[in-house]
Amino acid sequence: MRRLITLLTATFVALFMTAGTTLACGGLIGPNGAVNLLRTTTFAGYHDGVEHYVTAFEFAGGGGAFGSLIPLPGVPSDVVKGGDWTLQRLVRETNPPVPEAVFLRAAAANDSAEVLMERKIDALDITVLKGGADQVGTWAKDHGFRLPPDAPEVLDFYAQRSPIFLAAAFNPTRAAARGQAIGDGTPVHITIPTPNPWVPLRILGLGKNGQERVDADIFLLTDHKPALLPSTDTPGLQLAHSAAATDLLLSDLRSDKGMEWVPSSAWLTKVAVGAQASKLTFDLAIDASGQAAPSRVAAGLAVPDLPAASPTDLARLVLGLAVIALGVLFIVGLTMWRPARGTLSQ
Amino acid sequence: MRLRRLAVLLLALVPALAGCGVGSAAGPLRVEIVLHYSHYQPSTISIPAGRPVTFVLRNADPIDHEWIVGDAALHERHRTGTEAHHDARPTEVSIDALSTRETTVAFNAPATLTFVCHLPGHEQYGMVGTLTVTQ
Repeated sequence: MRRLITLLTATFVALFMTAGTTLACGGLIGPNGAVNLLRTTTFAGYHDGVEHYVTAFEFAGGGGAFGSLIPLPGVPSDVVKGGDWTLQRLVRETNPPVPEAVFLRAAAANDSAEVLMERKIDALDITVLKGGADQVGTWAKDHGFRLPPDAPEVLDFYAQRSPIFLAAAFNPTRAAARGQAIGDGTPVHITIPTPNPWVPLRILGLGKNGQERVDADIFLLTDHKPALLPSTDTPGLQLAHSAAATDLLLSDLRSDKGMEWVPSSAWLTKVAVGAQASKLTFDLAIDASGQAAPSRVAAGLAVPDLPAASPTDLARLVLGLAVIALGVLFIVGLTMWRPARGTLSQ
Repeated sequence: MRLRRLAVLLLALVPALAGCGVGSAAGPLRVEIVLHYSHYQPSTISIPAGRPVTFVLRNADPIDHEWIVGDAALHERHRTGTEAHHDARPTEVSIDALSTRETTVAFNAPATLTFVCHLPGHEQYGMVGTLTVTQ
């Protein structure tokens, strides 16, 4: 039987800091200013219906806690420590420029949301949450994180499409015990079965002034040349690389920890993001199937269809309307009613 | 008979009026402000001077907010203030996430005031409204 066509989408979202390449995928915020998250590094790949998401968090020191909140397209099947150099290798492959430093603050979340998974990876506490914006926001508040004022709208934006979020926070005690130095990154590999991969972009602007700039690099690795939405003609997006991935690159990626799934051939695309936070109101939808039909919903350009009303809902509606109609008839009847007039003989 | 019809109609309207939350004419005016996506809705309010007004502050966001009403000098003080929670003055109210607070205030003289959330970044994000007290 002919081997199934492999679909692979590797997405790499990068924010650049002072002296080197940094990648960001989530909204970050510190609760008390005691610890500042300098940057977050993220990679997401799609292969045979499974998205592989690698995110690196950098420790910024201090004695408090901080967190990162990342919207995901589906419920992860596993969260493990990621490979050590996949992200750097991708960056080197395309020789990216180094933009100005960007400080990314984040939002973390808390308990009203359903906790689907918890993992400890080095000094990081990882929690996968399922819930709406209110639930995830409440979770964040209960866990001591102060969300920025744009968080309610941004969380709603994501929760309408996929109510799955990953919250990550450094445990300062474990970080100290590990001798973790400022700037040390901890890569995390998230495995997400999903039919519909997308890259969160809007979350990169969380907590930023609308005039602040978001700079990111997105790397896509697919079997075919991918179709993207929005297109790279969109202001703020630029197609920086589009070519068949070299055998050496694929071999190098495959040899990193947890990257055995990298196929033998693929197409490498790099999209550079450089936009004001207020303009970054969309995500990047990827059609890795070769059908050239990326989803407007996945891109955040359309809202998902509401579920059809259930028979129970319809029955309640009909009953409610019937009660109202009867009430109206009753009132009209009372106002029109005239008692029969008898004749009294004197 | 006309009187009877009128009575029946008024009786039928009672539940509807109650559902609309119409308050007693003798009591304070009620003004509802919804705090959603870190903005006030409505953000422009006009009230008469000298009459008590109950502001119903409904926070629909999963984050905390404030409703602090006053003149420019008051807001300048709050921008550098350290009071984490406001509960002592009816014109300065903290509203926890997804909760509702009520506060009753009477403004005795005409004025143009602003109401602001002074939590970090909220004013800059647009959490500002105008309260006009008319004669």
